[in-house]
Amino acid sequence: MRTVIVDYNSGNLHSAEKAFRRMAIESDNGDVLLSSNPDEVAKADRLVLPGVGAFADCRNGLVQNGLEEAVQQAAIKRGVPFLGICVGMQLMATIGHEMGITHGFDWIPGEVKPLERHNAEMKIPHMGWNQLDDVADHALFDGIGGGTDVYFVHSYHLVPDSENNCIAVTDYGGDVTAAVATENLAGTQFHPEKSQAAGLRIIANFLSWNPG
Amino acid sequence: MAVAVTLPGIAVMLKTRVIPCLDVKDGRVVKGINFVGLRDAGDPVEAAQRYDAEGADELCFLDISASLENRGTLFDLVTRTAERCFMPLTVGGGVRSESDVEALLRAGADKVSFNTAAVQDVACVEKSAVRFGNQCIVVAIDAKRVDKNHWEIFTHGGSRRTGIGAVDFAREVENRGAGEILLTSMDSDGTQSGFDLDLTSAISTAVSIPVIASGGVGQLQHLVDGVLRGKASAVLAASIFHFGTYTIRDAKMFMAKAGIPVRQT
Repeated sequence: MRTVIVDYNSGNLHSAEKAFRRMAIESDNGDVLLSSNPDEVAKADRLVLPGVGAFADCRNGLVQNGLEEAVQQAAIKRGVPFLGICVGMQLMATIGHEMGITHGFDWIPGEVKPLERHNAEMKIPHMGWNQLDDVADHALFDGIGGGTDVYFVHSYHLVPDSENNCIAVTDYGGDVTAAVATENLAGTQFHPEKSQAAGLRIIANFLSWNPG
Repeated sequence: MAVAVTLPGIAVMLKTRVIPCLDVKDGRVVKGINFVGLRDAGDPVEAAQRYDAEGADELCFLDISASLENRGTLFDLVTRTAERCFMPLTVGGGVRSESDVEALLRAGADKVSFNTAAVQDVACVEKSAVRFGNQCIVVAIDAKRVDKNHWEIFTHGGSRRTGIGAVDFAREVENRGAGEILLTSMDSDGTQSGFDLDLTSAISTAVSIPVIASGGVGQLQHLVDGVLRGKASAVLAASIFHFGTYTIRDAKMFMAKAGIPVRQT
């Protein structure tokens, strides 16, 4: 079994690669490949889409590298487990508003909007450890309870049309979507690869996730 | 359990970060680390793992190697740390260009910190932020008080006065795309007498990005003051942790008692 982390020049993928590789070994869940090759992405048994930077840049990066189709092939046509991280998760939405209006994959109906700054003391980006609330009963969160701290760094957030797609929130001047899911597709706004033990557990959960 | 915070206006459960900083030179920790049970007190990777286990929220490596030839050791230790510690890692010291940023990110750093280069040519901050994302670009500001409530940027280890106001410069780097400011008071650094709270507060309120307070921590109350009075989003310290005076856990318990939300591990 092969988990492919999609490399589309979206910034720093190395900590993600290291974390997934370590947990694949620990949980005996095949190998992990960092790849920018559309063929390898299309054939993946599991897919991880990281992403840092702006929504529009990330989307354009996928298209320019011929990876958009490969991601759709694996995640939608073949239905393999998919995990988007940070902007990779935001790309699952219908539309993003960062640097102009850009279409996402439209897997999770909703929009990616700037975090609202309610007062001068509220810092943007939302950077640091914040806790998961309203954690749904989802394979990704096996062993992860509400109140678990995970590491966030973002200035935009995904606002889903339906609460049913939101599987965890965090509080930053109001509810902020921390994780989304539908069928074989899941995404986290936070960085599991930088969230120490809790993050590694979520990664292991993803690597053994068998969406029905 | 997280402690509910009573500060008005601060997002309730975002934790205040406690960040130990390791000064490294030629791949070794500069001042010895005084931990019980460390096999090699000079190995930054071993120290990093220890801080990881203690519940540090992030790690910071500051490379003070004199020569570029010795940078290879920095990349190596960043890589080895990133393979073992799954937490945010900031690396700074001698970072001059986009390609330096790229090399450090490639080695496994999550954020890279500009210092003198940002003062000499602020465009390097902008270029790097556009290319790698604001979240991984930190600007380290070394400021010294030159008048009552006026601070200037000093470079070259605090020896060279630039004439640039610290508050103005903080706003400038924010506009250029820095995701965070690491603020060191050159007056307080090494004194163990606490952060320059006026400076910290002036910068924190001038920008909307997070500010890490650094320089001068000698006791745990200083960390509390940096947050409550300096309005810092994170606190960084070196000596008090390295010399075993306090553990990260001690610091967090003390801060929690003062009503500051911290991550308990």
